Amino acid sequence: MANLVIVEHDNNEVAAATLHAVTAAQQIGGDIDLLVAGENCGAVAEAAAKIAGVSSVKVADDAKFGHHLAENLATLIVEVAAGYSHVLASATTFGKNVMPHASALLDKAQISEIVEVKSADTFVRPIYAGNALATVQSSDSIKMITVRTIKFEAAAAEGGSASVEAISGGTDTGLSSWVSQAVSDNDQVDLTSAKIVVSGGRGMQSGDNFSMLHSVAEKLGAAVGASRAAVDSGFVPNELQVGQTGKVIAPDLYIAVGISGAIQHLAGMKESKVIVAINNDSEAPIFQVADYGLVADLFEAVPQLDAAL
Amino acid sequence: MKILVCVKRVLDPQVKARVKADESGVDLANAKMTMNPFCENALEEALRLREAGIGEEIIVASVGGGKTEETLRHGLAMGADRAIQVVTEETLEPLAIAKVLKQVAEQEGVGLVLAGKQAIDDDSNQTAQMLSALLGWSQATYCSEIKIDGDKATVIREVDAGLETIEVKMPAVMSADLRLNEPRYVKLPDVMKAKRKPMDKIELDSLGLDTANRLTTLKVEEPEGRAAGVIVNSVSELVEKLRNEAKVI
Ligand SMILES: Cc1cc2nc3c(=O)[nH]c(=O)nc-3n(C[C@H](O)[C@H](O)[C@H](O)COP(=O)(O)OP(=O)(O)OC[C@H]3O[C@@H](n4cnc5c(N)ncnc54)[C@H](O)[C@@H]3O)c2cc1C
Ligand SMILES: Cc1cc2nc3c(=O)[nH]c(=O)nc-3n(C[C@H](O)[C@H](O)[C@H](O)COP(=O)(O)OP(=O)(O)OC[C@H]3O[C@@H](n4cnc5c(N)ncnc54)[C@H](O)[C@@H]3O)c2cc1C
Repeated sequence: MANLVIVEHDNNEVAAATLHAVTAAQQIGGDIDLLVAGENCGAVAEAAAKIAGVSSVKVADDAKFGHHLAENLATLIVEVAAGYSHVLASATTFGKNVMPHASALLDKAQISEIVEVKSADTFVRPIYAGNALATVQSSDSIKMITVRTIKFEAAAAEGGSASVEAISGGTDTGLSSWVSQAVSDNDQVDLTSAKIVVSGGRGMQSGDNFSMLHSVAEKLGAAVGASRAAVDSGFVPNELQVGQTGKVIAPDLYIAVGISGAIQHLAGMKESKVIVAINNDSEAPIFQVADYGLVADLFEAVPQLDAAL
Repeated sequence: MKILVCVKRVLDPQVKARVKADESGVDLANAKMTMNPFCENALEEALRLREAGIGEEIIVASVGGGKTEETLRHGLAMGADRAIQVVTEETLEPLAIAKVLKQVAEQEGVGLVLAGKQAIDDDSNQTAQMLSALLGWSQATYCSEIKIDGDKATVIREVDAGLETIEVKMPAVMSADLRLNEPRYVKLPDVMKAKRKPMDKIELDSLGLDTANRLTTLKVEEPEGRAAGVIVNSVSELVEKLRNEAKVI
């Protein structure tokens, strides 16, 4: 058995999500090689070689991979995948975008968002917004997998000493080109890796009111998240959305403020270790998953919380 | 330009999925079904492209069993011109569905395929990407804005880091995110009109494709629930519990 993990990166750093995919590969067993495709991504390859448990790093440094466009990257994955029994990527928008494209070119099924490795061919994955868990067995010769990061610990970023090999290959399909990326506020704590998350919903009433949550978050070293209703209402940008169709997170502490607790929201946060709900409706479904519930007007409770910290 | 919109029939998002006692799957008997919400966004976008003079005929297609027709009728009521049901009682995987949709897209000579970014039942998030690969067309997933200008399109994609803008050559396969648009409501006269619109049925077997499943579902079970929590009476009690009981702050 041999695993190939597709490294997610920004041409400078390895994304934390990749470390979780490496752990899934460790649980499958066998050698683990990494594929770094990008442009001027030497630093990424060097960092990747230090990840514990990795045998070798293949680097394809080429302008056609600079922005990780799915059509080009998939052609490279297809060429490299031939020698492997398992190809893995994290179930982030990066992995979810490119892996099915590569899978189809290889005529292989993809097993999406695994949460557990049962054996080399059997995996558990959530369906119906996490309301059911399916155990699936694959008969494909190459298993194409995306990994739900919160269910696998991060592999150690240091301690390994893998060989680094430059490779060429892949096709410039010329189908898509990158134009721009709206840069979000970099001062904020990253939602997916934060230990504490303070999330606001429609109950917040406006984007300005989110400053109350930012203040609490700052004191706790926390990230700020949101429900879809808060994003749709324009209170906060899309990258803060937690849920079935947003980010799936599992911090040590999740504080839901003015969020009702719809199935689709719970899908993104119910694996959190401790859940706090602040809501003025004692019937809100969020209280069914909360470890600590406070039935109160958030406009009174949040400033009090801020003062108490 | 002809547009193909791929739609799936799923359990209504407001209904909680219940696992069958024999762990063979989710119980859908008598459950309320609807068009996958993301597919409604895909169809709405096609309708707006037609209204803007960019789209011409809009075809809705779905792969599925008997009742799939209801979902397609809903698509016709929203405003699609005609429907194609590829009939099978089997539950196909995204790869097989993409193979079927490829054939439909080629036979119909469409210039754009719109799909939902994920189906809310199986949550695979694969079909559009696979279809793009099989057709050899440009791929634009998780779109929250689509602008088509002749032989190219500019799309804004919702990605983990925020919003990414890419330019793609046409023809293309695009998958819709929820913020792409607000799907229109269907009015009763539209439902009546939809009854007279053409609905083609194609037997899956007649296509001669390899649609064999690669995955076997061994079991489907309910996830572990969370233990019941407590209601605290004040912010100070909450902070005390978080510090001393849960020890998370
Ligand atoms: C296909 C699909 C995908 C979806 N994906 C997601 C997703 O990824 N993430 C997501 O979050 N949702 C998602 N949703 C939407 C989801 O169904 C809910 O509509 C959404 O989560 C509701 O957001 P909310 O809880 O902020 O708003 P609401 O349900 O309106 O709840 C607001 C809450 O605030 C409380 N409140 C109001 N004022 C106060 C006050 N002054 N003090 C205290 N409490 C107050 C109210 O009691 C209420 O409980 C999806 C829906 C669909 C159909
Ligand atoms: C219990 C159970 C477990 C399963 N486990 C797996 C599994 O692990 N892996 C797996 O690959 N499959 C699995 N399947 C198969 C599954 O039934 C799906 O039908 C199939 O994988 C499509 O996935 P999706 O709907 O989530 O596709 P997505 O890729 O999420 O769908 C995206 C979009 O593709 C289009 N689309 C999808 N299906 C159709 C259709 N039938 N007709 C027209 N357009 C369509 C729609 O536009 C949709 O919005 C499982 C099925 C069951 C019942």
